[in-house]
Amino acid sequence: MEKQVVISGFGGQGVMLAGELLAEAGKTEDKFVTFLPSYGPEMRGGTAYCDVIVSDKAIASPVISFPQAAIILNLPSLNKFEPLMKKNGIIILNKTIIPQDVKRKDVRVCKIDAQTIAKELGNEKVTNLILLGAYAELEKTVSIETLKKSLKVYLTGRKEKLIPINERALDTGAAAAKEYMACHV
Amino acid sequence: MGEKVLMKGAEAIAEAAIRAGCMAFFGYPITPQNETPEYFSRRMPQVGRVFLQAESEVAAINMVYGAACTGTRVITTSSSPGISLMQEGFSYIANSNVPCVVVNVMRGGPGLGDIAPAQADYNQATKGGGHGDYHSIVIAPHTVQEAADIMFKAFELADKYRIMVVMLMDGLMGQMMEPVEFREWVDVKNNKVPVWATVGQGERGQRNIITSLEILAEGLEKMDIALQEKYKEIKSGEVCCEEYMMDDAEYAITAFGTVARISKTVVDLARERGIKAGLIRPVTVWPFPDKVFEKRAEQVKFFFDVEMNEGQMLLDVRLSVNGKKPVYYYGRLGGIVPSAEEMLGELEKLAGGKNENII
Repeated sequence: MEKQVVISGFGGQGVMLAGELLAEAGKTEDKFVTFLPSYGPEMRGGTAYCDVIVSDKAIASPVISFPQAAIILNLPSLNKFEPLMKKNGIIILNKTIIPQDVKRKDVRVCKIDAQTIAKELGNEKVTNLILLGAYAELEKTVSIETLKKSLKVYLTGRKEKLIPINERALDTGAAAAKEYMACHV
Repeated sequence: MGEKVLMKGAEAIAEAAIRAGCMAFFGYPITPQNETPEYFSRRMPQVGRVFLQAESEVAAINMVYGAACTGTRVITTSSSPGISLMQEGFSYIANSNVPCVVVNVMRGGPGLGDIAPAQADYNQATKGGGHGDYHSIVIAPHTVQEAADIMFKAFELADKYRIMVVMLMDGLMGQMMEPVEFREWVDVKNNKVPVWATVGQGERGQRNIITSLEILAEGLEKMDIALQEKYKEIKSGEVCCEEYMMDDAEYAITAFGTVARISKTVVDLARERGIKAGLIRPVTVWPFPDKVFEKRAEQVKFFFDVEMNEGQMLLDVRLSVNGKKPVYYYGRLGGIVPSAEEMLGELEKLAGGKNENII
């Protein structure tokens, strides 16, 4: 089993953190993982993305040319990655700020009103974790429980108090994905 | 071995160097390897060792030279333009026969170029780069784990041959994260000062002098010949090369570093399509594993060299294959990383197969 996912959005939306949490969770589950950030003269508000691969066997190329799965947080990211998606791949979409529909008919789509849900949870910044929870629920790359363990590695010191809301974000995202797929498949 | 930690390549090499007994870091910041000095700046004081940010790369390499003359395990890290600035120091270090480790996290060039991954410093690293007849041992890892493992070996080789060892990486390896398991710490408590080190006469009874200068040509020729003798010994004993799926291969992809890693995917994809491809991956790019190529030239139909440069290792491959089989080349420049799919497309064209849409 090899799972590949691209996570893409504006700088500041927590794209890299989501990717690192996924990689950390894969490592915790004793899988091979690679995390490759897009790397350039990036700044807050620019587009940033990362490639994460989680696999049962050693990973050759860490670069994803044609994603099986994409977590898309903003419109420029949808425009960039939709044409590259593999057939039957899955796009998990931050519906709140992406007014556009996925045009391709040969990919699966899961639209989550992530930013609204995040606001309801009390912090818009957990949008990334809602979508990551949705991804984990649909693709079963790692378990939600292991992702929660990863939070403890990354959110330390003064960030430790953010663990509960991020845990709720993962759970809520997973539930939202289940609900969406139940209504749309 | 301890537990696995998820780390950037640029950080993993720093931790590995510290565990390998590196006592001093001198350097100057440059992207895409800034995480390396950043990591050293935090960790070296914790373990009571030296971190110093020099005023320039020229100063940094001369500090390395100085520390190396005392037999201290010392390292500097930089990226392409910074490495260019250090070349004079490299040449002095070579003719002074002192050990050190240098990491080049290559980026796009020439000139200021960009900060994306590239492999265009291959010639500079393997053919000398600075002036004079000299070589450094040049090692090109292809995963973060391998980079961490090789760092120990790099210091061992540097000490064994009193030579500069270059770890040739690229921006992609520097920035990507993978789980890494580190080897046990080298115990530095019992470190002995080498007999040749310039640390004061002490009880030795005579002064040690380290210099790259010999004003008489006859004398310098002797020094040069001694260097070449050392290189011969390294060539006969320290070549390292990985072969992947080569046993029954009809086509050999040749690549180093990041491109070699992507090439493993190309080999797998090609074999799914019935193309018997394999990979020859030089781990030491100097000394170059020419015997492997000589041997495989009897077996394969052609070699297909892929690099993130205009074909620099290609020349070494061609020299080793020596006209016995065709050697083709594909590459991307300026910091573009070739995808497995485009490499497979090129390989299929060359192998005479179909080149249909790969998605």
